[in-house]
Amino acid sequence: MARASGAFSKRVVATLATAVVASSLLAACGSSGGSNSLTVYNGQHPQLTQAIVAAFEKQTGIHVNVRTDDGIVLANEILQEGSHTRADVYLTENSPELMMLTQRGLLAKLPASATSQVPAKYDSPTSNWVGVALRVSALAYAPSRISHAQLPASVMDLAQPQWKGKVAIAPTDSDFVPLVGAVIATHGESAALSWLRGLKTNASLYPDDESVVAAVDRGQKDVGIINQYYWYRLQLEQGAAKTHSRLYTFPNQDVGSVENISGAAVLAASHHRSNADRFVAFLVSPTAQRILASGDDFEYPTRPGIAVNSAEPPLSQLNPAVVNVVSLGNDLPAAKLLQQAGLT
Amino acid sequence: MTVAAGRRRFPWVLTASSIAIVAALLAPLVLVVVQAAQSGWSNVWEVLDRSYVATLLWNTVRLAAVVTLLAAIIGTGAAWLTERTALPGRRLWAVLLIIPVVIPDFVLSWSWSSVFDAVHGFNGAVLVMTLHLYPLIYLPMAGAFRSADPGQEEAARGLGLSLWRVWWRISVRQARATLLGGCLLVCLALLSYYGAFENLRYQTFTTAIFGELQTQFSPGVASSMSLVLVAISLFVLGGEAVFRERGRVDRTGPLAQRALMPIPLSGFRKALALAGIVALVALALGFPIGIVGYWMVVGQSSGLPAAVSLGSAVGYTVAYSALAAALATALALPVAMLAARHRRRWAAALERSTFVVQAIPGVVVGLALVFLTSRYLFSLYQSPELLVAAYALMFFPLALVAMTASVLRASPRLEEIGRSLGKGPVAVRLRVTLPLLGPGLAAAFCFVFLSAATELTATLLLVPTGVQTLATQFWAYAEEGVSFGAAAPYAATMIALSAVPAYLLSRWYDHRFRGDPSGRSALEALT
Repeated sequence: MARASGAFSKRVVATLATAVVASSLLAACGSSGGSNSLTVYNGQHPQLTQAIVAAFEKQTGIHVNVRTDDGIVLANEILQEGSHTRADVYLTENSPELMMLTQRGLLAKLPASATSQVPAKYDSPTSNWVGVALRVSALAYAPSRISHAQLPASVMDLAQPQWKGKVAIAPTDSDFVPLVGAVIATHGESAALSWLRGLKTNASLYPDDESVVAAVDRGQKDVGIINQYYWYRLQLEQGAAKTHSRLYTFPNQDVGSVENISGAAVLAASHHRSNADRFVAFLVSPTAQRILASGDDFEYPTRPGIAVNSAEPPLSQLNPAVVNVVSLGNDLPAAKLLQQAGLT
Repeated sequence: MTVAAGRRRFPWVLTASSIAIVAALLAPLVLVVVQAAQSGWSNVWEVLDRSYVATLLWNTVRLAAVVTLLAAIIGTGAAWLTERTALPGRRLWAVLLIIPVVIPDFVLSWSWSSVFDAVHGFNGAVLVMTLHLYPLIYLPMAGAFRSADPGQEEAARGLGLSLWRVWWRISVRQARATLLGGCLLVCLALLSYYGAFENLRYQTFTTAIFGELQTQFSPGVASSMSLVLVAISLFVLGGEAVFRERGRVDRTGPLAQRALMPIPLSGFRKALALAGIVALVALALGFPIGIVGYWMVVGQSSGLPAAVSLGSAVGYTVAYSALAAALATALALPVAMLAARHRRRWAAALERSTFVVQAIPGVVVGLALVFLTSRYLFSLYQSPELLVAAYALMFFPLALVAMTASVLRASPRLEEIGRSLGKGPVAVRLRVTLPLLGPGLAAAFCFVFLSAATELTATLLLVPTGVQTLATQFWAYAEEGVSFGAAAPYAATMIALSAVPAYLLSRWYDHRFRGDPSGRSALEALT
């Protein structure tokens, strides 16, 4: 026993020594500031952001710290941090969060060097953010369970009783709230609420779009509401031969296939303003837009004249519904409806 | 004599530091209420007065009821077999049966959901949670069976009662209060988990709170939901405390401790019992380890890049967890000393009040600290120091439990003897007190380290920018839904970090506290 205690005391000393070493390590890696650096709050997919950040760091020598989370979670953090925020750039998947932060006065005006690079319809009306990528909401379906002919003409149909138990959705994914915003903008609030109530009855809830498309691919559900690129990523990941699901975009510019703008902004409280402006301008530069279009991201570039990944059809062929960024709003009414419908 | 007189002085320093520590530990409870109050009670009510909240409540209650029942049956049965019968290899089983509870809930659930689509929703949650949590019943029941008065069982068997009847009418009844206390620990764990239920697509308050953060632009909404979660947890903890007190009375009667004769099992019964235990260990421990190994070998690629490499995730995890373990151990020492050396009711109450921390789920700790630092202490916001403090706070009760026995052994008498032999106070502390406290301090450090290294929920909310721990990087892959191969090395590392030391520690505890009814194994609280 005495020997065991001795061994234990030695272990205490050893662990405490480790802790001391660790604490100095902690101090070393905890501080990531410095004048030639930049902090990006990243709501975009980490694989895309990492590739663009690497190219930016190589070109400019500016070190970029990235904090990745859901776009709405990060917008919440920025709201809570207010003027203290350490974020210099906010990059997110959908425009409503950017509109909301603009309305709260938390975003700086962007220089023309950034905004002039993409068509005005993909930019903030007030020059507070710039569109970086386009994505279209769509339906993944399992041909083993449902034929193409049986697919609904409109996403609104999925609230009908015949779809009970057949639908997969991810209401807490940051991409779902903007879709609700688009439905509100197109059909009005009360129609949107009854649509959500129908989905609440019909759909199985998944934590995010990745698990929705994976579930449909495994044949667990007939259809799942996602953005188009999730399906292409799944196909790339597991190979076309092993991918059993198919992708369907709603016809006739139905709101189910609405175009969403992923954008970036510089925070008004940024202490690295010029670095931040450079980064945002870089996001819409030919270099970054090519990384976005040719890699395994499958979003569409906002910059004209960049060829898209050949695995998917060009955006014009999808003929998506287009909702003006101002009418698409700021996520708040959509979030409220999600609560009222009992989906969150 | 002068030394003894000095001892009787009121312990100002210990008391003041203990009160400060207790206040810091309970701060999250206050902060959640403050945040909800700031968002306005009418808004809070609007959030809570929804059928959705009723659904969450129903989901929580029905899961708690079924899992607790199944865990109680499995845990009690397994404890009786390993403690009271002549089951072959029972010492080894006794240790292996404990391990599933230290494997992180989100790794265990992932191992099931990554291969079986059907394991989700209520049934999936019942399966995975039962296999994860039965050790919380097994451990205290094993202790109760070990320290029970064997005379009653022997008398009952002498009167011709069957084996089953002896088990039910004597062994289980003697340990009723212990069993109920264990059941409430199971409920407490179920209330705090997030990752597992997200994996299993079963909605509870924790998944709903994260859902609110992902869709709503008012942190007040999440804190309103937290209020309900904390209220339920406190209610359960209160019940647990009541039953633990009763459980103690049952066990500490003036029993003559004597060696229990294991009940012999006939050939058929022995085979049946052994098959049951092997099946349980295979499902609860073998299966998850096997699946993680399978995904390691299949080694599928992922489009998702690691924000940090496995090595750096291990580095951050070890650094944060080691610091948290050192901090929690240092904070627990004065509280444990006060309770052990000044046996007054208020000192005991102070010690007991720290266990309220067990009823504060990680998501609530995380939200409370985000609120505190973003409003009032911005220099600590998203800092490594804050994450370390959060871990120390959450796992403080583990440190306290682990060092209690050692602190009792390091009696002031021994220090006085040391002083009377002419040694100075520093020399006495170093050469008498520290060696006696050593095992307790080491155990406290280990328990906190192991728990912090596999913490997910609070870490997701508090992790510093640019950092990924093993748990958060694993979670990033697990959430992708297809990157099983990429997630596997992180899962394997977390299992190695939790299960291997837990195996060694429980062997050590098993050896040390065998036959000591007051030595409630600290593993019991290790979730």
